[in-house]
Amino acid sequence: MIFNDFDPKEDKTFRLIDNEGVVLNQALMPDLDDETVIKAYKAMLFARVADEMAVSFQRQGRMYTYPPNMGQEAISVAAGAIMRTDDWLVPVFRELGAWLAKGVTLKEIFLYYMGNEEGSNYKNAHHMLPWSIPIASQLLHAVGIGYTIKYLKKDEVAFAYVGDGGTSEGDFSEALNFAGVWQVPVVFTIQNNQYAISVPVRSQTKSINLAIKAYGFGIPGIKVDGNDFFAMYVAYKEAFDYARAGNGPVLIEALTYRKGAHTTSDDPTKYRNKTEEEEWAKADPLIRMKKYMDQKGIWKENEEKLIEAYKLEVDKQFEEAENFTPYQLDDVFQHMYVEMPDDLKRQKTEYEQFLTWKENRK
Amino acid sequence: MEGEQKMSVMTLVQAINNALDIKLAEDKTVVVYGEDAGVEGGVFRVTEGLQQKHGVERVFDSPLAESAIVGTAIGMALSGLRPVVELQFDGFTYPGFNQIVSHVARMNNRSRGLFKAPLVIRFPYGGGINALEHHSESPEALYAHIPGLKVVIPSTPHDAKGLMIAAIESDDPIIFMEPKRIYRAIKQEVNDGKFTIPIGKAKVLTEGTDVTVVAFGAMIRECQKALVMAKEAGISVELIDLRTIYPIDKETIVNSVKKTGKIVIVAEAPTSFSVGAELMAIVNEEAFLHLEAPPKRVMGFDTIVPLAKGEHFYMITPDRIFYEIERTVNF
Ligand SMILES: Cc1ncc(C[n+]2csc(CCOP(=O)(O)OP(=O)(O)O)c2C)c(N)n1
Ligand SMILES: [Mg+2]
Repeated sequence: MIFNDFDPKEDKTFRLIDNEGVVLNQALMPDLDDETVIKAYKAMLFARVADEMAVSFQRQGRMYTYPPNMGQEAISVAAGAIMRTDDWLVPVFRELGAWLAKGVTLKEIFLYYMGNEEGSNYKNAHHMLPWSIPIASQLLHAVGIGYTIKYLKKDEVAFAYVGDGGTSEGDFSEALNFAGVWQVPVVFTIQNNQYAISVPVRSQTKSINLAIKAYGFGIPGIKVDGNDFFAMYVAYKEAFDYARAGNGPVLIEALTYRKGAHTTSDDPTKYRNKTEEEEWAKADPLIRMKKYMDQKGIWKENEEKLIEAYKLEVDKQFEEAENFTPYQLDDVFQHMYVEMPDDLKRQKTEYEQFLTWKENRK
Repeated sequence: MEGEQKMSVMTLVQAINNALDIKLAEDKTVVVYGEDAGVEGGVFRVTEGLQQKHGVERVFDSPLAESAIVGTAIGMALSGLRPVVELQFDGFTYPGFNQIVSHVARMNNRSRGLFKAPLVIRFPYGGGINALEHHSESPEALYAHIPGLKVVIPSTPHDAKGLMIAAIESDDPIIFMEPKRIYRAIKQEVNDGKFTIPIGKAKVLTEGTDVTVVAFGAMIRECQKALVMAKEAGISVELIDLRTIYPIDKETIVNSVKKTGKIVIVAEAPTSFSVGAELMAIVNEEAFLHLEAPPKRVMGFDTIVPLAKGEHFYMITPDRIFYEIERTVNF
């Protein structure tokens, strides 16, 4: 088991290809056919294109604050390659590849970032929780889901996410502890992108790494090169099999780098330097995977054309979101409760009277 | 305020920064921390430059954990420091809620005065900025409802500075809520020197005779716009800025209502069980026989603040304030 061979206590990092796409450990490489590898690369590329366009839509004022995923694609695309329809995704907001794999549409994602809650009303994605912005709080929900899975004897696994900063919240420790005690099928991933907004991970913890925290809860933990799709895939596969077989939860620390800003409201030049950014740029997950595919001679697509096609698709979905039914007064009220209290109905009626008055004043 | 002081034009952000700067300089027991509060100077830049000026021991980034931020601040306050901690947004104060309710508010009473908790918990609050979920809330009633806390909300740069200095100097714990929507929207001449504004005192901003309007925070500006409409309609409004939510300045409110006989309360938070509800209770208890119209609340719906596309339905606008002023006056 790689979880045993890459002990976070020794600060080992599980990695399968280097920055040049050269295989470091053939024996541990996943047994994936070329088609699957190509599909994964395309999923990463699509996520990258969507992300870059989302940032520009925001700049054009067509969307509000958006948190880009750039640089972290390998992690959630690898999870997406393993998750089945019935497995649960318990996200934060920086796992675009997994969201798309789950069946959430870009249209829904854009709709949400345009400021419409309807974006969380997924039409195709099954067992997918909505955005969770209060850091680390969602991890506990994954543990509860894990309990249900176990109790109802379902063949399902929950995939839960958190950032490096999120590991400082009490909810992080509480979730891992409960998951360990209950031995529930949850695969926890810490996307360690080196920063929590402006705060570097070294100011977040004195721990030599984040995976080692698993020890305190008696569960397996591993630190993986999160910019290496193959390593992430293998780690996820093993974690998934382990959890699914009823052995309990697993913690994966995925080492990565947030290439973009924290959100479109953030300015990273305030707290990090170019040298560091350039160093990490060499480990870009897309570039590495592309180099790997080139060396194997399996990449035959015209990438520019592909990107053009992706852009068209993203544009199409963005326009669908823009043309979504305009927000109505009803939308503010109708989902607050299953059974709407009378007083809420009255508040709505009063507001409508005000609108009538306003109309008549014109 | 002493006459010949130099004045500078400041935003609310700069005024609070200036207040922190003054207290950091004159009182070595003051420390400032929170998520992103050190190097970056906070996501709204309220603490910008303070680490560079006062050192990393006194102004610093904390790990990401609100319960820990509040809990450690209590420990510091019990042992001789005066921490001013930042919680990043209204909607992220709740992981710290347990520490606030269970300890911040109780230390003085629990120890019969042996321990005091002179700390300030500051955070941006309120809507109208097209934000994501949890970034637009107005939880003043949650905090004002807890015995043992004082809750302050400034509406201008001048008040923000004077109230912040008073809050840091107070031996009681202060919840200091900053109206983020007007963080940079209002610029005002503010005295560069040190001054305080008493906690617990409202301010009559405009005198009037027909109706009393009570508001605070970002809603003051909206009320002032509504007052222009009211003036055109020949209505004389007395506008009161509450400035402190608790202890609430009953005297100023009641005196005004005794004069006007009518009250309209304006706030962003959900209507039910709110500061508005408290103000209505006060006028009923203390000025009942002077009331000439039912007290009216112009407040948020009892809903979650909608995301950007629906937020305009929720946010209180000047015309809605005017509409209720007119209805109350014509009752
Ligand atoms: C409880 C809580 N506190 C503060 C915030 C504000 N906030 C949003 S993201 C963030 C940093 C998160 O860092 P990390 O967990 O590393 O995730 P990343 O953004 O890097 O993906 C903070 C402090 C929040 N959303 N929730
Ligand atoms: Mg991070």
